[in-house]
Amino acid sequence: METLVFNDTKIDVNEEGYLKNPAQWTPELAHEFAHEANITLTDKHFEVLNWLRAKHAEGVPLSIRKVGNSGIVDIKQFYALFPGGPLKISSKIAGIPKPVSCI
Amino acid sequence: MNEVMEREQNIVAEAPVKKEKAKIKKVLIICSKGKIEDVYAALVMANGALMEGIEARMFFTFFGLEAITKKHADHLHTATVGNPAFMPTLPTMVAGLPGFEAFASYMMKKEMDKLDMPHVTEFLQMIEAGGGEIYACKLAADMFHLKLEDFVPEVKGIITVGDMYALADGEGTQIIFI
Repeated sequence: METLVFNDTKIDVNEEGYLKNPAQWTPELAHEFAHEANITLTDKHFEVLNWLRAKHAEGVPLSIRKVGNSGIVDIKQFYALFPGGPLKISSKIAGIPKPVSCI
Repeated sequence: MNEVMEREQNIVAEAPVKKEKAKIKKVLIICSKGKIEDVYAALVMANGALMEGIEARMFFTFFGLEAITKKHADHLHTATVGNPAFMPTLPTMVAGLPGFEAFASYMMKKEMDKLDMPHVTEFLQMIEAGGGEIYACKLAADMFHLKLEDFVPEVKGIITVGDMYALADGEGTQIIFI
């Protein structure tokens, strides 16, 4: 396990940089992760991130298709918001584990 | 002679060492079959590439064209005859009974629904939304008398084999044939 120090707080991440504990997530941390992915977060981004976090908390396995049916963004907008692998990148920014979906 | 050998050794020693792993940047997936499992393999790989940030192009040819026609895309079947991996204990004669293939395909689609797998037309829409491009083969389309309006709207065009290779241009491209 690796540890990351952000704003004087220790955050546990896995070897790929995903948060081990979603409860350690803060919006500031999201901005930091987004910056690493060259993304500037907008309100729309946060709507998606909050939706992802809520679904993860409910134990729903996430997929691109589910995000597309979320009513927040369609698939095209999702790719535009998080270019270069939307589900993976958004999950990392949202502080939830790397998705295991193949679809 | 010795001089030559020395020089050769020097060249070897100076050869640049490739440290970085070459990443896949683009895939061209050719789907030449119309069985549900083959088409899904192509769709899952194309969509999976886009999910990883890899560019994806699809080229449908021969029976693969079934997967992109408005009429048949969501009604593909699996083969129950000539498919030894399908229910191995089932006699071929039974597998060939009328309606058996439709029933088996229906069951397969039901299992796919359980896994939240989209239907073919929705899958094609997802691929297009993710920036993937879908093409039909000109030769096969001519052979089956299919025109652009027979295909789902996600099909960008009917192209020749030469155009297909142009889709695979650039470093880090892989061609996958199904």
